[in-house]
Amino acid sequence: MNIVEKILARAAGEKEVSPGQIVDARVDRAMMHDLTGPRVIDSFKEIGVDRVWDPSKLIVVFDHDVPPSTVKAAELQKKVRSFVREQGVKHFYDVGRGGICHVVMLEKGHVKPGELIIGADSHTVTYGALGAFATGVGATDMAAALATGSIWLRVPEALRFEVGGSLQKHVYAKDLILHIIGMIGSDGATYKAMIFSGKAVGELSIDGRATLCNMSIEAGAKAGIVEPDEKTIEYVRERAGDPINPIRSDEDASFSKTFEIDASKLEPQVALPPSVDKVKPISEIGEVEIDQGFIGTCTNGRLDDLRAAAEILRGRKVKDGVRLVIIPGSQEVYRKALQEGLISIFVEAGAIVGGPGCGPCIGISRGVLADEEVCISSANRNFVGRMGSPKAKIYLASPATVAASAIKGRITDPREVAEE
Amino acid sequence: MRVRGKAVIYGDNIDTDVIIPGRYLVLQDPGELAKHAMEGVDPSFPEKAKGGVILVAGKNFGCGSSREEAPVALKHANVRCVIAKSFARIFYRNAINIGLPILEADLRGFASEGDELEVNVISGVIENETKGKQVKAKPLPPLAIEIVKAGGLTKYVRKKLGLE
Repeated sequence: MNIVEKILARAAGEKEVSPGQIVDARVDRAMMHDLTGPRVIDSFKEIGVDRVWDPSKLIVVFDHDVPPSTVKAAELQKKVRSFVREQGVKHFYDVGRGGICHVVMLEKGHVKPGELIIGADSHTVTYGALGAFATGVGATDMAAALATGSIWLRVPEALRFEVGGSLQKHVYAKDLILHIIGMIGSDGATYKAMIFSGKAVGELSIDGRATLCNMSIEAGAKAGIVEPDEKTIEYVRERAGDPINPIRSDEDASFSKTFEIDASKLEPQVALPPSVDKVKPISEIGEVEIDQGFIGTCTNGRLDDLRAAAEILRGRKVKDGVRLVIIPGSQEVYRKALQEGLISIFVEAGAIVGGPGCGPCIGISRGVLADEEVCISSANRNFVGRMGSPKAKIYLASPATVAASAIKGRITDPREVAEE
Repeated sequence: MRVRGKAVIYGDNIDTDVIIPGRYLVLQDPGELAKHAMEGVDPSFPEKAKGGVILVAGKNFGCGSSREEAPVALKHANVRCVIAKSFARIFYRNAINIGLPILEADLRGFASEGDELEVNVISGVIENETKGKQVKAKPLPPLAIEIVKAGGLTKYVRKKLGLE
């Protein structure tokens, strides 16, 4: 069996499972946030069970609108806070205590390899970075899992991405995953799992692997997952502690399809509006002027991402007429970025730095766009209206590409700026 | 289980931000959400859908976020059934879970905007009464049929736990 089949077989208490089979699987952990939480709570109350099946396995993180920007948002957070108290949820990250749920889950040790994790957020797939099978669900699915401790899942077919070679300097996990999505399309992995392996994946930090898995949902995948290795074990041991029981694909595992990619041939990539699979290498983008750059999110708001942006921004200025919004992914990322002097570099460059959270990615607050404005963002979605006005345009790229573009005022290859 | 309504047709990759933009998620109330259904692609949709419609689309309908508000907004905007060539998986589950009928079929060439459709949600038979044609959608998986018949996942779970 491959890693996905092995994890689901374990969670379902079956010896063996195969693609297409429906299993009733035990959930190892569940996550919800301030925006999906309220509806989960309503559905949970509708089911009529008094207690969450295991409050120690539920993680609640406030990130989508923090601190709340409207009275309505504040009311919803109050509602979730009261549920957390009533249910005795220990792992609760309130405003100022955590950050973006998908950053917090990894860094606070709530993910272990081999686990089955569900989250009331589509980017839950991020946790595949540590070799877990993690998938996003809607509020009612989450409520049912909180009531019963289990969820029905169809065992997905698996697509394997064997990535050989090494990424060039200033080319990142983000460029790799954009390239893959461009190659297979925004429904190229629907109902399937994406398994990432090969030399270039092994060389990625856990931050980079998180970026890779995070965007597997943009190809429609049920999960994205990296086969766990020494790096995984070391990261998890430091944060979650033992026991760690990694699960890996068997030698004779089968995959429904294998794609081979040479990482060394990749240049920075850009996804053009309004679809994540409209991907081009940056050399083919042409002249695109921008109004705003945004660095952050569950895709690219981790320490490695801020370091990459700072490397480009150090001693340089954001072009007049351009706004650069930078939002660290978590309190921990923020603190480390402060210690490393990254935040000073951003402020001196003329960027505005916000407190950890989802920021304008979800189109609610802190950097939404006006009609006809153009933004280059390190986020994961460039859909119509995603960041505010339906008439705004969003391009997606790595934090280094966003930083370089903010300096030049047009979409720019980070290597062009770095070599100046 | 039969539903009927006029066909309203959209293209491929209708994402959840188009179905219900993020800025409206705090509204929570289904009726309020419905006022903004499909706003990203067609602000006149709530008006069009008033008498009850069958929403027809291309591939990858509902891609993007896990927001259950997407099928909730459609359901409360009087969408009786969504029929698309294919669906994003979270949207598919969410629709079934909240009791919005949903079927996989490619209706390009079968239905035009405004055609009167009748849909048998369980058998998958779709009748185009305007054109006098019939086609069969891919049937729902057995578990999905059970959930639909129970009236959604919360009721299904209540039954399973012996609370109903």
